[in-house]
Amino acid sequence: MTTDGTILVDHLSKSFGPVRAVDDLSFQVAPGRVTGFLGPNGAGKTTTLRMLLGLVRPTSGTATIGGQAYGEIRRPLRTVGAALEAASFHPGRTALDHLRLYTPQVGVPDARAGEVLELVGLSAAADRRVGGFSLGMRQRLALATTLLGDPRVLLLDEPANGLDPEGIRWLRGFLRMLAAEGRTVLVSSHVLSEVEQTVDDVVIIARGRLAHASSLPDLARMARVQVRAVSPDVAGLAALVERSAWTRAEAGDPRVAELWDVDAATVGAAAFAAGVELHELTSRDPGLEGLFLQLVGSVDAPGTDGMAA
Amino acid sequence: MRAALVTEYRKLVTTRLWWILLLCMAVYMAFLAAAVGWGVSQGNAMGSSPGSDEQLALAPDAVVRTVYTIAVTFGYVFPLLVGALAVASEFRHQTITPTLLAEPRRTVLVSAKVISAGVLGLVFGLVGTLAAVGAGAAVLTLLDQPTFLDEASTWRSIALSVLALALWAVVGVGFGSVLTNQVAVIVVVLAFTQFVEPVLRFVLALTSWGADVAAYLPGAAGEAVAGGSFFSESGVSSLLEWWQGALVLLAYGVGLAAIGRVTTFRRDIT
Repeated sequence: MTTDGTILVDHLSKSFGPVRAVDDLSFQVAPGRVTGFLGPNGAGKTTTLRMLLGLVRPTSGTATIGGQAYGEIRRPLRTVGAALEAASFHPGRTALDHLRLYTPQVGVPDARAGEVLELVGLSAAADRRVGGFSLGMRQRLALATTLLGDPRVLLLDEPANGLDPEGIRWLRGFLRMLAAEGRTVLVSSHVLSEVEQTVDDVVIIARGRLAHASSLPDLARMARVQVRAVSPDVAGLAALVERSAWTRAEAGDPRVAELWDVDAATVGAAAFAAGVELHELTSRDPGLEGLFLQLVGSVDAPGTDGMAA
Repeated sequence: MRAALVTEYRKLVTTRLWWILLLCMAVYMAFLAAAVGWGVSQGNAMGSSPGSDEQLALAPDAVVRTVYTIAVTFGYVFPLLVGALAVASEFRHQTITPTLLAEPRRTVLVSAKVISAGVLGLVFGLVGTLAAVGAGAAVLTLLDQPTFLDEASTWRSIALSVLALALWAVVGVGFGSVLTNQVAVIVVVLAFTQFVEPVLRFVLALTSWGADVAAYLPGAAGEAVAGGSFFSESGVSSLLEWWQGALVLLAYGVGLAAIGRVTTFRRDIT
């Protein structure tokens, strides 16, 4: 058994009837980092996670954790902790009883159930039935379940869903701590902004395909600023753009110049120096979320620069 | 496998379903045993009067066997439901996902469910049978009828009744593995046990060939294990040997579980 907690998804595909939910997807998730697994609803995130966990059989390709398929791992809960849906509890069972279901299979003493409840701040609700839990409490209980076996690899599907702002902040710190201990932490989300303060790496998928995979700083560097300049002097504006070698996007109206990779101050100064009259000069920073939407939108439709709102 | 067994056992006993069903079974069986004990012994006392139906021909030891094993005839729906819901509720509450994460070997999982349900079935068998024996013997004593509790053959019937009910829990797991919709499970179990099989046995008994077929129906097989029943003693159907009945019932349980293993438990869990 390898001690490495690297997740490797290799040319993974899954079809449900005519629907290609996951299409030739490949990426890698490194230990010691928090990786955001991002994509809009229906992008194939959950299906990918389920294939990684041996719940759904891939149509082709492989998904392994530390070099092994999930089904080959002995006592898998000791290696991989996964929380797929916050609703996977019997409502009539208490939180502590729920955790004690799995302690024999994890191979830890029953006292471990109390410990993990303490870790996620649910000790007070240990003997309450899960049916009465809020979504946030269920999320914490799901997280507690994943921690029973002190696993090297954590896979969490939308763990911030239903958490209040304080809970989200707590979760951030908790995930960072787990990664700092050398664990592999994969967190799925349909919005980048939710995880952008938590993750080191991002894997972005859309329509079952890989849209982008890199570290978060590398992703941030791809965010292109945009400036919109409007002038009644069509010829002067065109000459200015040409002279300055700015990238001009198609805007339709010749009086409008949509410019990439240049800031408003530069454009304003150049226009002033050239004596080109401007009626409007606005800069737009699509930010990471805009870039995310752009990347997601670019899958299946390459070449169209989806604009951030 | 041992860990999976402990886990499955804990799943069964950490919700309220099992003891609610167990309580219902105990009360229902005690009531039925008392009622039938009173009814058939009264019929027996008037055995010589003309115009009597076939029940009046019951020998006293057949009377007590009918009363003490009434749980096998009318109470098997309880262990059957417990077994079936052990699987169906996993799908109803989507706990099948964490279940398979903890034990990805699906054959091990199904086997653990079969065995753990069988063990809980023994508890149901014990409680249901003893409720019938207790209430039945009390009524018979009050009516100055022999209880036959000092005879080994009576206790053999009682023990086999417990076994039959335990096997019904196994059949339940098999059934729940094939039909995972919890509501459908409850409807089909109630319809089949309370209506379809009794009617089927009655109708088959009217034909020349039907009796042999009817003996292999699960309910009849269960009664065969206990060595007698309300139906058979009243001449509605004939039964197999006790060990044949046990094997037939076990075959239903394991067979259905095997079908569930290659259908339900082969599918993608989404």
